Amino acid sequence: MRIPRREAIKRIGTAGAILGASAVAARTLFDQGGFDVTKSKGARQTRDYRIGDDAAFAQLAIAKNDTDAAALTRKAVDALGGMRRFISNGDVVVIKPNIGWDRAPIHAANTNPAVVAEVVRLVYDAGAKHVVVTDASCNEPNRCFQRSGIWNAAYENGAEVILPVESRFKSMRLKGEVLDEWPVYTPLMNADKVINIPVAKHHNLAGYTGAMKNWYGVLGGRRNRLHQNIDVSVADLATFMQPTLTIVDAVRVLMRNGPQGGNVADAKDTHTVIASIDQVAADAYGCTLIGKTPEELPYLKMGTERGLGTMDWQSLRTALV
Amino acid sequence: MVARALASVKKQLGLGKPRPGSGLPARPVIRGLVWARRFAQTFFLGLFLYLLFETGFRGSFTGGDEAVRIDKPVEGYLLADPFVAAMTLLSTGTVYRGLAWSVGLIALTLVVGRVFCGWICPFGTLHHFFSWIFPSRYLKGGRRVEQNKTHPVRQRIKYYLMIAFLLAALTGSAIGGLFDPICVAVRAIGLGVIPAIQYVTGRGSDLAYESGGRGVQQAADTTNDFLAQTVWQNKQFYFHQTWFIVTLLVGILFLNRFVPRFWCRVLCPLGAFLGVFAKFALFGMEKDHKKCTDCNLCLVHCQGADSPQGGVKWRQDECHMCMNCENACPEDVIKFRFLPSRVSTQPKFDLARRTTLTTAAAGAVAIPALRIADVIDANYDHRVIRPPGSVEEREFLERCIRCAECMKVCPNNALHPAWFEAGVEGMWTPILIPRIGYCEHSCVLCGQVCPTGAIQKITEAQKLGIDQKPISIGTAFFDHGRCLPWSMGTPCIVCEEFCPTSPKAIWVEEVDVPKRSSKPGPDGHEPPMESVHVQRPHVDPSLCIGCGACEKVCPVQDKPAVYVTSVGETRSKTNVILLENTSYSKS
Repeated sequence: MRIPRREAIKRIGTAGAILGASAVAARTLFDQGGFDVTKSKGARQTRDYRIGDDAAFAQLAIAKNDTDAAALTRKAVDALGGMRRFISNGDVVVIKPNIGWDRAPIHAANTNPAVVAEVVRLVYDAGAKHVVVTDASCNEPNRCFQRSGIWNAAYENGAEVILPVESRFKSMRLKGEVLDEWPVYTPLMNADKVINIPVAKHHNLAGYTGAMKNWYGVLGGRRNRLHQNIDVSVADLATFMQPTLTIVDAVRVLMRNGPQGGNVADAKDTHTVIASIDQVAADAYGCTLIGKTPEELPYLKMGTERGLGTMDWQSLRTALV
Repeated sequence: MVARALASVKKQLGLGKPRPGSGLPARPVIRGLVWARRFAQTFFLGLFLYLLFETGFRGSFTGGDEAVRIDKPVEGYLLADPFVAAMTLLSTGTVYRGLAWSVGLIALTLVVGRVFCGWICPFGTLHHFFSWIFPSRYLKGGRRVEQNKTHPVRQRIKYYLMIAFLLAALTGSAIGGLFDPICVAVRAIGLGVIPAIQYVTGRGSDLAYESGGRGVQQAADTTNDFLAQTVWQNKQFYFHQTWFIVTLLVGILFLNRFVPRFWCRVLCPLGAFLGVFAKFALFGMEKDHKKCTDCNLCLVHCQGADSPQGGVKWRQDECHMCMNCENACPEDVIKFRFLPSRVSTQPKFDLARRTTLTTAAAGAVAIPALRIADVIDANYDHRVIRPPGSVEEREFLERCIRCAECMKVCPNNALHPAWFEAGVEGMWTPILIPRIGYCEHSCVLCGQVCPTGAIQKITEAQKLGIDQKPISIGTAFFDHGRCLPWSMGTPCIVCEEFCPTSPKAIWVEEVDVPKRSSKPGPDGHEPPMESVHVQRPHVDPSLCIGCGACEKVCPVQDKPAVYVTSVGETRSKTNVILLENTSYSKS
């Protein structure tokens, strides 16, 4: 039996439309193949939170003449002109301590919670709208945040504590010498001001870890590869992240078996807090506390050559308080 | 409008709705009990899920000095499980700590029958739900009535399983945990369903993040933070070979399409165990067969397939005490009451004697037969790294019910259900896979939640070895051919950095090694030689605790250059390396 012409046209039309749609889809979504192993495309993305220098104030402050961590912190920041110099009214401020390890404050593997607490207070007093305390830990983060005492210190002073949830890492183009494109921790990317408050301690591979090396906590992904070229990695990270202010906690420092420590006898009370607008200089002075010289740390030389700061800390306006 | 809503509520509650037949409504107390049961089922399923969500460490802002523990009885359902208690009693001769609570459930069953199955069991509620939501062409009207009649042949299976598992326990293995409903629920939902939902949510959140503006991103961050603090963890968890566990769950739920509550009626050994006690329950059913009109409304709603209809004897050991039959009966044939007449109740267990004896014998010989395979005595698998605080392997198998509480609670996703690493007998017992997650140095949560003492409740001082020998779960080894400083003249020692012991079990040797330059030499000559300074890592086996942090962080991604095997574990007197740990007093 023959089908009506109208029906035949309809069927042919439907088949033709499906074929057409398939062809259009294949054309628009066509994949040439091949793969791209070149460097990432697009401009370098960096985070520069610095404010300008001010000749009226010191560039590097070393507070030593006290045994109270909070008082040392306050004195160091005051010598740089006080927190109001760095924080504007209504700022969202992210504070980045070292909360890398599941260790108690006595082991000096994480930033001293008293220093964190004092910085949070100073930042709020200077008019900040919102303060975030966060880090991307090495050990299990809940445990690191709790046992370091930093969760408690931040909470008691009204700061928001953000845990490194996986979803908060997004890829950015660092375009450094060895670090090209890496997942980075977004809370540190979306801020008005960033304050780096590392702890000064021994590091078995890098020699010393303080301000610049603390930016390891910016990265997600498999950051264990960074050790193969640790000095250039640190320099790349410090190029990527330039904080408003660096406050190095050296109230108690780990002299051996860093960066994790674990033996109380490995740490020593040094009752020092360093504050600086120059993260290279802060490390150049900080490393002397564990018996290193700046010349022993290649990443300080790289930082100086890249213009991130100076390893010749004596050349800065220094205040000893 | 309001009147219509009220009328609809009244209809739902069975108020004022004339029933077929006599047209009389059921007793108010029964109508109330049916609703009480529905609320109880919702509540206990919700509580189960809540406790499962809480089975994981989430830090808090309160202090930092106190010991880290889970502050809720997250393993509570397992402690109340008398089948677990009975298995471990037979295998070890003792009732371990919280399992004493299961006497409470036995008491409840002796008073009111298998109320646990119909009112409390979260797995039973899931089956109840799915046998209601899948009313396909297989399960309507007459077909449903037919399926809800007692099918003795298949309903006996659960008794045979229970008997076999109890005999297997007596001969040294709590393998029945494979079939315990609470264990199944924790394992399948905790290790499969929750991580899968997290995975899907994560991809959805990625899409929202990429497409959205600042507001969408903040909403995604807030949602993710909230879910990480309430339902799952900060990072995606992965579990070894869980595809099979989840496939079984989906399959067993799907069977509700053909036989309502197939699991509960046919397979559940806990249901069978409670059925034994339900035979002696004080509360039960009386039937007035003369009034029965064979309308079969009771069978349409029956959960346990326990013969509620007139003309046959009621099977109390099969009944879930859901009360649906009396609620549905239009002729007042069925009456639940205390100390009922047993005239219309099946007096004996409906078991075939030969099959009972055969399954008992099968259960008794299964474990010795499985151990002829080489996994325990002759060729212990190096991948069987047990959680810290685990008892010696034979006792471990006597205690471990494969409930997966330890795997769920592990904050680093380090513990996984074994596939066949620990033999067929050890399927789904916990093993540590350091490449996925290492054992966090100061963490003792797996022992805290273990309901049977397969992992003992150790303290931080015992684990870390404060004033004593630390607990070791294995030993790390270097593969010099793959290690960057050892074979490629490249600095690394991430392993040493993460080694948590003090002094560190990984120590480094400072050496200058020759390394060929990667760039060709001038005029096509061989590339020049350089000298590089590297630190070569070594393990001190007397200090290594086998936590696997080194293996986890080794940058040689696919097959790490440092790896942990079970040898040197504290719990074993034979799986050792060093002379000082060896003792032949125990085999």
